[in-house]
Amino acid sequence: MIELLDGDLSPDRCLAAVRTAGAGGAVLFVGSVRDFSDGRHVTRLEYEAYEPMALEKLQQVACETTDRWPVLGMAIQHRVGTLDIGDDAVIIAVSCPHRAAAFEACRYAIDRLKEIVPIWKKEFGEGGESWVGGPETLTTTNHDPGKD
Amino acid sequence: MTSIPSESRQQVRVVLLLFAAYREIAGASRLELAVPEGSSPLDVFATLETRHPRLAAMRGSTTFAVNREIVTPTTPLREGDEVAFLQPMSGGSHD
Repeated sequence: MIELLDGDLSPDRCLAAVRTAGAGGAVLFVGSVRDFSDGRHVTRLEYEAYEPMALEKLQQVACETTDRWPVLGMAIQHRVGTLDIGDDAVIIAVSCPHRAAAFEACRYAIDRLKEIVPIWKKEFGEGGESWVGGPETLTTTNHDPGKD
Repeated sequence: MTSIPSESRQQVRVVLLLFAAYREIAGASRLELAVPEGSSPLDVFATLETRHPRLAAMRGSTTFAVNREIVTPTTPLREGDEVAFLQPMSGGSHD
């Protein structure tokens, strides 16, 4: 199950999608919007996706993960649109016969997602708004995008 | 690209998709462009940069997609290609 949603994500639905006979362990990762980013107070975020490519690249993340670990079930949901503090931005669920592989596979999937899936976030907060990883000339503060 | 007058060359039509900071600077999310045959995504960027000089600051960190795959910036474009400029991706949360 791979979805881009402009409404609430569902950890329950992701977990349910990967629970199968033979899966001794399922790992659920939930990434949420924090109120601070690189020492700067954040009030809300906007996520924008190149949606057709993002769906293809999310599928690629799932395929790469399934090629490397004995994955029995995998679900990814990512938000687009406006998010408030505490909202879930991304969910990944992975099930495997044993827990070690499930943890490693889930970790790989979230790291790859951040590398190859064309989704961008804009932070609104102290001092204005800026695209994370975007040009400094567009920021209204001397904000170093740093890394996630 | 500038060595041959454009009227003496075939043109190809491409669609340029703009997201995030590119969309805000250009004031558009989708542009239909006719470019000289043999033009690359980098040439398209240069053309847009002449209209929107603020794009210059983003050139070095831009990757290019054609038909939803990352390509070398100098790849020649073909009729009907979907071109996109991509800034460094920042999906997921600040976890």
